[in-house]
Amino acid sequence: MTGGGPHRGGGPAAPGGGAERVAPGRAPRTRGWSGTLRDYAVELRGSVRDGERGPLLVVAGLIVIWCLFQALDDKFLSPRNLSNLSVDIVGTGLVAVGIVFVLLIREIDLSVGSVSGLAGAVFAVLNVNEGMPEWLAVVVAIAAGMAVGAFHGFFFAWLGVPAFVVTLAGLLIWNGLTLYLLGASGTINIDEEGLVASLTSRHFSDDFAAYAVAALGTAGYFLAARRKRARHRAAGMPYRPPVEVWVRTGVLAVLAFTAAYTLNRFQGLPLALLIFLVVLVVSDYVLRRTRYGRRVYALGGGVEAARRAGISVMRVRVAMFMVSGTLAAIGGLFVASGLTSASPTTARAAGSGMLLINAIAAAVIGGTSLFGGRGSPWSVLLGVLVIQSVASGMGLLGVEDAVQFMITGGVLLAAVAADALSRRAAARRGRP
Amino acid sequence: MAHPPVLALRGISKRFGGVQALVDVDLQVRAGEVVALAGDNGAGKSTLIKVISGVSPADRGVIEWEGHLVQIKRPHDAHALGIATVYQDLAMCDNLDVVGNLFLGREIDRVGVLDEVEMERRARDLMRTLSIRIPDVRMPVAELSAGQRQAVAISRSLMGAPKVLLLDEPTAALGVEQTSHLLDLIEEVRDRGMAIILISHNMGDIKAVADRVAVLRLGRNNGLFDVSTVTQEQIISSVTGAADNAVAHRTKGDEEAWP
Repeated sequence: MTGGGPHRGGGPAAPGGGAERVAPGRAPRTRGWSGTLRDYAVELRGSVRDGERGPLLVVAGLIVIWCLFQALDDKFLSPRNLSNLSVDIVGTGLVAVGIVFVLLIREIDLSVGSVSGLAGAVFAVLNVNEGMPEWLAVVVAIAAGMAVGAFHGFFFAWLGVPAFVVTLAGLLIWNGLTLYLLGASGTINIDEEGLVASLTSRHFSDDFAAYAVAALGTAGYFLAARRKRARHRAAGMPYRPPVEVWVRTGVLAVLAFTAAYTLNRFQGLPLALLIFLVVLVVSDYVLRRTRYGRRVYALGGGVEAARRAGISVMRVRVAMFMVSGTLAAIGGLFVASGLTSASPTTARAAGSGMLLINAIAAAVIGGTSLFGGRGSPWSVLLGVLVIQSVASGMGLLGVEDAVQFMITGGVLLAAVAADALSRRAAARRGRP
Repeated sequence: MAHPPVLALRGISKRFGGVQALVDVDLQVRAGEVVALAGDNGAGKSTLIKVISGVSPADRGVIEWEGHLVQIKRPHDAHALGIATVYQDLAMCDNLDVVGNLFLGREIDRVGVLDEVEMERRARDLMRTLSIRIPDVRMPVAELSAGQRQAVAISRSLMGAPKVLLLDEPTAALGVEQTSHLLDLIEEVRDRGMAIILISHNMGDIKAVADRVAVLRLGRNNGLFDVSTVTQEQIISSVTGAADNAVAHRTKGDEEAWP
């Protein structure tokens, strides 16, 4: 063993997780409060100095944004607005999770906005115009997204066309197809009592639901951390001190129960938020804990290294675009659900790239790197909260679209610049 | 030395278009032995490594593995025999931690779910047995020094329990202290019974760890020396061609070395 007391090295196995990465030269964590706190302080200072943007910085930014808007309009932090916010983030958030998968292998999918619009139109046309059962229309719409992703993946991975060009062409093609599908009927209103509409309108009004989810999430985290610690200890390896597990669980519990309490002050736990959280948990698990996810990160870290390790680069690439297309389609259904319609106007808006920009911004702000191999689905939750908070706040204040565009674009640019800077800092640090 | 060589190449020739990269090259290496491969740029060292690792097979010539005739047509053939190669670029995933890189492509899992604890345990064991000093096996390799990265790359190549290890200029990017650590590691690996072929420009490294040094010049063998009896100047003159023929400097066990 390397040291005296048990200490845990580099956080959990997250290969690229921003803040979990080891700050260089930090002292090994030791047992006890003072030691842990001191080490955290050292780590935090290190991460700030090295230009590494941990989630902590994003959280700080989010708090500033919330305080600012609350000061300008005291309705901003009302349970009603926060509850709406928690539903509004889901469409963009799901699309952004798909973007994360593609960004991890160091590619980009510019078509997600159009694909989400296409999914909404496919559903509306099949269900409303053609009378197809709702569930089947949902399945077809999602399958269409998956097929579009496979199409992009084919051109990129097999034919070697740069992903940026393939999906840029896709942006136009699928937006055109959407307008074509809607062309005959114009705006299609979907059934307000139906399955898709309920995706965003349904709330679990029983207080118990939100608290149960909060308790389940906290307990799940705690048990997983405990089990991991026990296994490390059994294998005679360094492990997290128990204090750290308790502190992390405590912070999570406070956040989860505060959120649950706030949601219960309005209409209760939104179904949309629950689905979003499930998608985040599942995709994080797949990426971080499975052999398959490891391949995705490996591809982002070095294509040649992955290839020499026997990974089928082509297969992973196609799969990532299929994931991105699928999640874009699911996100599109949430967008259609929020509007309870699919219309040429919204399709044109989707083609203009607002959803695309927001999704990319959400992923990058949360800490997923445009340069591949770093990031996680959880980054989307923070990022999309920032993006949607700004949008919602500006909406409350009646800021006009033109200004909103400029601000959203500016936020994206700032996030990408921070990403590039942190990458440079890491490169400087890595090879002395 | 009664054992047959682990790997023996005879009469290897390789042509790229109009360029004859290798002409009738012989090379052999035994278990527990470090053979250095020296030569000027363009002498054919890298081509020979590619022949052995199956990246670009020879046009003519014979390869024997533990006394048996074998074919190495693809990298897979070389892996299957037990030949591991560490290229100069290392081919590591910078974003993954040391454990992730060591087990890349051969992860330990249960129904697809990674067994991180077991992988970390084995990684620590490996680092300890090889006396590799790394701050933390959970550190992304991007944050390691060049020497540490090289050490991780070498230990990764040992994961499949190979018998022959090809090292392409492992010390080229390293400082003095890192180089000495790496040479320790090479000796450690050799003492475990591995046969090592070490490509190097650095006479100091060759004198320090190699048992024999084979010199290539313009794609041909230009001498095989016993490191304990040869001087640096003799190797260099063989590399540069100042000494026309190196016959005079050949080892005493000549017949055995070049059957």
